[in-house]
Amino acid sequence: MHSLYVAWQYLRFHKAKTVVLAAALTLITFLPLAVHILVRASEVQMLDRSRATPLVLGQKGSALDLVMNTLYFASKPPETIVMREADRIDQTGFAYAIPVYNRYTARGFPIVGTTLDYLSFRGLEVAAGRMLAVLGECVLGAAVADRLGLAPGDALISTPENPFDLAGVYPLKMQVAGVLKASHTPDDRAVFVDIKTAWVIEGLGHGHEDVATARDPQVVLREVDGKLVASAKIVQYTEITPENMDSFHFHGDTAQFPLTSVIAVPHDDKSATLLMGRYLPETSPFQLIRPLGVVQALLQNVFKIQRVLNIIFAVVSVAMLLTIVLIIALSLRLRQPEIETMYKLGCSRLKMAELVAAELGVIVVVSLALTAGLTGLALRWQTALMQQFLS
Amino acid sequence: MTDAPPPFIAVEQLTFQYPEGDFYLHVPELYIDGGSKAAVIGPSGSGKTTLINLLAGIVPAGSGQVRVHGTSLDQLGDAERRRFRIANIGFVFQDFALLDYLTVFDNVLHPYRINRALRLTPQARDHAAHLAAMMGLADKLKRHVHHLSQGEKQRAAICRALVTRPPLLLADEPTGNLDPANKSHILQLLFQYVDETGATLVAVTHDHGLLGHFDRVVDFQAFDRRQRA
Repeated sequence: MHSLYVAWQYLRFHKAKTVVLAAALTLITFLPLAVHILVRASEVQMLDRSRATPLVLGQKGSALDLVMNTLYFASKPPETIVMREADRIDQTGFAYAIPVYNRYTARGFPIVGTTLDYLSFRGLEVAAGRMLAVLGECVLGAAVADRLGLAPGDALISTPENPFDLAGVYPLKMQVAGVLKASHTPDDRAVFVDIKTAWVIEGLGHGHEDVATARDPQVVLREVDGKLVASAKIVQYTEITPENMDSFHFHGDTAQFPLTSVIAVPHDDKSATLLMGRYLPETSPFQLIRPLGVVQALLQNVFKIQRVLNIIFAVVSVAMLLTIVLIIALSLRLRQPEIETMYKLGCSRLKMAELVAAELGVIVVVSLALTAGLTGLALRWQTALMQQFLS
Repeated sequence: MTDAPPPFIAVEQLTFQYPEGDFYLHVPELYIDGGSKAAVIGPSGSGKTTLINLLAGIVPAGSGQVRVHGTSLDQLGDAERRRFRIANIGFVFQDFALLDYLTVFDNVLHPYRINRALRLTPQARDHAAHLAAMMGLADKLKRHVHHLSQGEKQRAAICRALVTRPPLLLADEPTGNLDPANKSHILQLLFQYVDETGATLVAVTHDHGLLGHFDRVVDFQAFDRRQRA
């Protein structure tokens, strides 16, 4: 106990040295552990998600971008396909299609335009409020609601793609209809809207005051064949309310409206194989991919990087340990007068070794405690950390 | 008629030389009685500190006899000399040799914490506090030593030397770093301990003005310290 007491007094007095040594040892132990934890967490999360998503249809190009955008709402949006492709999958009878349009954001979180099928396909349940019912509503993932402090009844405004584009679409003020239960998946960090609401955000659908009943005479530019042509002065709505909902309409064929991808849920393995046959790379302008294969290929690369990192960590750890040994050796040399004094006072060499060992022991214990604490935090927040990295 | 008690310190035909260098010490005879205050003087490099180290059993003699308090140090191994040192000797150094990371009180108690042979009992703590109070350090026990003046540091070092109640006090230039007022005070404290306990004091000093206070002066110029061939 005396050795520990003396060691503690020494370490307390030399705080900077103690902190540096403890921090160095903590880093040596924690960094490889943290990488291991995050890689395993990413593996579990990504595999779980990709296993739960049988097939994804998208424009030809990077399969990884398509998967990352559709499953994890990460990466920039891929080239779009059109709504008709979702209908075609439905018509094959091999699978049902879930359209996904993930291009816009609201306060940093992705706005995912889809249908209620998506929410039931993922098993997402409402924790507060209700599911999507009408145009202009959104339901929030648990993390979004928590981070933004939003609840049913609040409003959330979409973020314009380019604030300097005067001709661009207006941001849409969406009503929060509900908040989803936490699923510990990327769905927690998404804002879900009906696919048509996503198209309104895109500017493909809009609502405005009735030209015929507009009070301002300048709203009507001219009349052509009995139809009124509105000027730019017409008031466009930036929020869909029960009062103006009927004025919202789409110009053009919605079958031609954009999607970033379609999730195809085949009825069985045979249906999946038959559906894949419809989208052979040689003949189809689209790609129908199994996300599991894409993610496994990605993870193989991640593991390779992890192996390289482990080697780097090992080398750095050895170098750092050698540096620590050198620091201790130099420190002991500097403390030679102190050691000689203690010897004169009757301290044995064994006791001196015990004192030095106690100092090192305290540093090691503090480092291990810090490592354990940080590892605990990493384990606790691994899901959130992975979602941060993926988004 | 009774026989005179044997000398507390008896050195006979002592030789010593360091493994490296030219230093060589030969002390034909040196006897110091118990309860006396002996000053050791001599020019720098004459072997005064080496004699202190030999008397403490820190270094073994090359040949000859060194007997202290009835124990022949030249017959003992390293561990036995260390145990002898713990039981019998209190050290006072010129540079105080206090540990900067300990408080004054912890410095005084340090011998108890680094020697398994000594037990840090409540009585030992009380004794340490009493010594510190006697030395005028009662209100500085919880301070680190870098907050002390030179005189206070040496008083703390003396407390450490006396805390185990040693029968022999070895002081290597204990007043070397002190101003005249503190020199006199420190010397008085050492003498007081000797007078009260009957302990023996051997103090190396360069200060010839202090020699009048000692019972005995050992002049190293009388000893052979020729260069090795």
